Amino acid sequence: MEDWNLSPAPESASHIQLKKQYDLFINGTFQKPNSKKYFATINPATEEIIAEVAEANVKDVDSAMKAAAEAHKTWSKLSGAERGKYIYRIARMIQEKSREFAVIETLDGGKPIRESRDIDVPLAAAHFFYYAGWADKLDYAFPMRKPQSLGVAAQIIPWNFPLLMAAWKIAPALACGNTVVLKPAETTPLTALKLAEVIQEAGLPAGVVNIITGAGSTGAEMCAHPIPNKLAFTGSTEVGKLVYKAALNGNKKLTLELGGKAANIVFDDAAIEAAVEGIINGIYFNQGHVCCAGSRLFVQETVYDEVLAKLKKRMDMLIVGDPMDKNTDIGAINSKNQLQTIERYLKIGKEEGAEIYQPTCKLPKKGNWCPPTLFTNVAQSNRIAQEEIFGPVLAIQTFRTIEEVIDKANNTPYGLSAGVWTDKGSKIFQLTKALKAGVVWANTYNKFDPTSPFGGYKESGFGREGGIHGLEAYLKFED
Amino acid sequence: MTRLNIQKTYKLFIGGKFPRTESGRFYSINDSKGELIANMCLSSRKDFRNAVVAARKAQSGWAEKTAFNRSQILYRLAEMLETRSKSFVDEMVLLGLSKRKVEKELEKSVDCLVYYAGWCDKYTALFSSVNPTASSHFNFSVHEPTGVVAAIAPEVSPLLGLISVIAPVITGGNSVVVLASEKLATSSISFAEVVQNSDVPGGVINILTGNLAELAPHMASHMDVNAIVTARGALINGLENEIVSNVKRNYDWSKSIDIHNPYKILDTQEVKTTWHPVQTSAASGGGY
Repeated sequence: MEDWNLSPAPESASHIQLKKQYDLFINGTFQKPNSKKYFATINPATEEIIAEVAEANVKDVDSAMKAAAEAHKTWSKLSGAERGKYIYRIARMIQEKSREFAVIETLDGGKPIRESRDIDVPLAAAHFFYYAGWADKLDYAFPMRKPQSLGVAAQIIPWNFPLLMAAWKIAPALACGNTVVLKPAETTPLTALKLAEVIQEAGLPAGVVNIITGAGSTGAEMCAHPIPNKLAFTGSTEVGKLVYKAALNGNKKLTLELGGKAANIVFDDAAIEAAVEGIINGIYFNQGHVCCAGSRLFVQETVYDEVLAKLKKRMDMLIVGDPMDKNTDIGAINSKNQLQTIERYLKIGKEEGAEIYQPTCKLPKKGNWCPPTLFTNVAQSNRIAQEEIFGPVLAIQTFRTIEEVIDKANNTPYGLSAGVWTDKGSKIFQLTKALKAGVVWANTYNKFDPTSPFGGYKESGFGREGGIHGLEAYLKFED
Repeated sequence: MTRLNIQKTYKLFIGGKFPRTESGRFYSINDSKGELIANMCLSSRKDFRNAVVAARKAQSGWAEKTAFNRSQILYRLAEMLETRSKSFVDEMVLLGLSKRKVEKELEKSVDCLVYYAGWCDKYTALFSSVNPTASSHFNFSVHEPTGVVAAIAPEVSPLLGLISVIAPVITGGNSVVVLASEKLATSSISFAEVVQNSDVPGGVINILTGNLAELAPHMASHMDVNAIVTARGALINGLENEIVSNVKRNYDWSKSIDIHNPYKILDTQEVKTTWHPVQTSAASGGGY
C-alpha cells in the first residue's frame, strides 16, 4: 500500500488569548459565580487542563434571567434596523478573530482544525450576518401576523459544534428582539465565553446576551426558571424530553433539535466514487459527533462489494490524530465519557454478530481516540442500527428495491436527516419525498447554510433553525 | 293512528365504517325535558387505538393525492354538508340550541370547509422557500404532513368546532382521530355520514364520541400519534410524561375556533429541506 504519511502541519496556538479562569457573563460583565465553584475544561487530545470555568448555580441562573428580562424592556423597543446593526457587528468581529476562535474550538473540543477553521467558525459568522438582516424585515416574513418578540430565551447547546450552535441560537433570538441566557456544554465552554467577550466589545447593551457555564443541573435550573418564555435545546433525545416537559409545565415556547440515526442510501446507478466520499463525510465528519451523521448506510446489493471495497480503501487513508494538525481528518473524541459510550457500542455490535472493520492507525498515547469504524452483517434490529452512537461508527445494510429501503430508512423513532445517492432525478424526488426527515441531502451530505432550515421529524425534535423558517421559533403572533 | 318515528343509532366512525364501541358502553343525551335523544357510544382506549391504526393506514395515501384533488374533496364535503343543512339544524335544535344560532353555525361550518378547500393547493406555495445557500447547491424547503393527528373538538358549537379542528389538519395531508363534543355529540356522527358520502378516503377522518378525561391519557401516550391539537383547553395538565414520550407536537386551539387562518395548517406540518449540488462550469467534469 502507498505511503500516505504526510509531514506534520500543526496550527500554532501562540496567538490565542485565553484566561486561566472564566467567570459568568451576566448583565454585560464577567461575574464571580455565587456557587464559588469552578470546573476544568480539558483538551481531549492531550488531557491537559486549558482553563477553569465557573459553575452557575440556581442564584446565578436567577440573576442571568433577571438581567435578560430587564434588558428585554429596551432591546425589544429598539428599531429592527438598529438591532440588526449590533448583530452585524458580532458577525464581523467573529470573522476578524476567526483564527483565534478556530484554534480554541479545536483545543477545547478535539475537532480537526481544518473543520473548525473552514466550517464551524465561518458558518457561525455567516449565521449572525444572515439573521442580522432579518431584524428589520420580520413583518415581511409573516404577512398579517404582526410578529413580536417573546421575551427571554433560555438556550442550551451541545459540545459537538460549540460556537456554531451558539450562533444558531443567539442570532435569530436577537434579530427577533429577544434577550438570551445561553449555556454551552460543560466540556466545551470556551468559544462561547470568547463570544461573550466579542459581544462585550461589540457594545451590545448589558443583559441582552448572558452566557453562563455549568453542567446538566444548571441547564435544569434554566428550564425550570419562571422568567424565560422560550426554551431552545440542542442535544440528546433523552434530555430533550426533560426539556419538553419543563416547557409544558412552564407554558414556554420550545425548539428541540435532538438525536438522529440517519439513513445514507446508495443506489447502483450512483456515481460510486462521489458516494464513497459522501459516506465518509457523512459519518466521520467531526468524529461522528453529529446529530445528522449518516450512521446507517444502505447500499443496493448489486454494488455492495464495490462500495465496501472502496469505502475500506478510503478509510485506510483517513488520518486520525492531533486535531491541531491541518492534515488531520479525524480528531479526538470529545470526552472520556463519550469515548466509553462509543466503545460500549463497539462491544455491543460485535456481540450482536456484526463484523467490525477498523483501519490500523497509530493513535497518540494520551487523549481520547477512536479509529473510523464500520460494521457489516448488521441486522435492522441490532442496537448499532437503532441507537444513536454519536461517534465514528457506521452500520452497513443492503437492500434490493426502493420500497424496501424506504421502509428500512423510515423505521426509526428519529427523523433528522437522510442521504440519497443516485444519478436519476425522478428517483431522487421519490426518495426525498418519502423519507421522513427534516433535511435530505441528495448526492451530497452534511451541508449546512444559514439560509437553510435545519431540524427534525418525530423524536428528532421540532422547530427549525436557519432560514426564514428559523424566525418563527423566536416570535409570538397576534392570531 | 300516529306513526312511530324511527330513531337513529349513533355509532362511531372509524376507517370509513360505523362500528359500535368495542366496549359496549354508552352514555345518554337528553333534551331539556329529560327525554332521551340518543344513546351515544362511550369510546374506550381500544376504540381510540383502532382509530389510530385506521388513520395511519390512510395517511400516506391521502398525503400522496394531488393537492388539487384534496382541494376538490374538501369542497365536496362542503357541498354534501350544505345540502343536508336542514337536517343538521333539526338535529341540533333538539339539543336545546337556538334555531337561529344553529343555522348560523351550519353556514359557518360549510364556509370553513370551503375556506380550507381553497388552501390545499396554495399553502405550500406561500410558506415554502428556495434557500440561497452560499455553496453550489440547489436547496428548497417545503411543508409535509406530520402524520396522524389526535384532535379534541370543543364542547360547544359541536359541528363548527368539530370541523374547525378537522379541516386545517386534513388540508395539509394528515389523517385525524377526533373526539367530538361529549354533551352535544349527535351532529358529529351525522357529519361522519357526510364524510362517508363525500370522497374522503376511509380512515382520513375518524370520529369518536365519549369522555375526554377518560381518553386524553391514551391520546397523549399513543406512540403512533404524531401531534395533538385541542380546542377544549390545555390538555397537558398531568399528561406531560405521555406527551413527551414520543416528542408529540402539541397545540392548543381553544382560543381560535373558526378563525380562518392558514397558519393553523402549519401547526401539523413539518418542514423538509432538500439539497442537491449544482454543477458549476469551473467544476464541470467533476461528477456532481
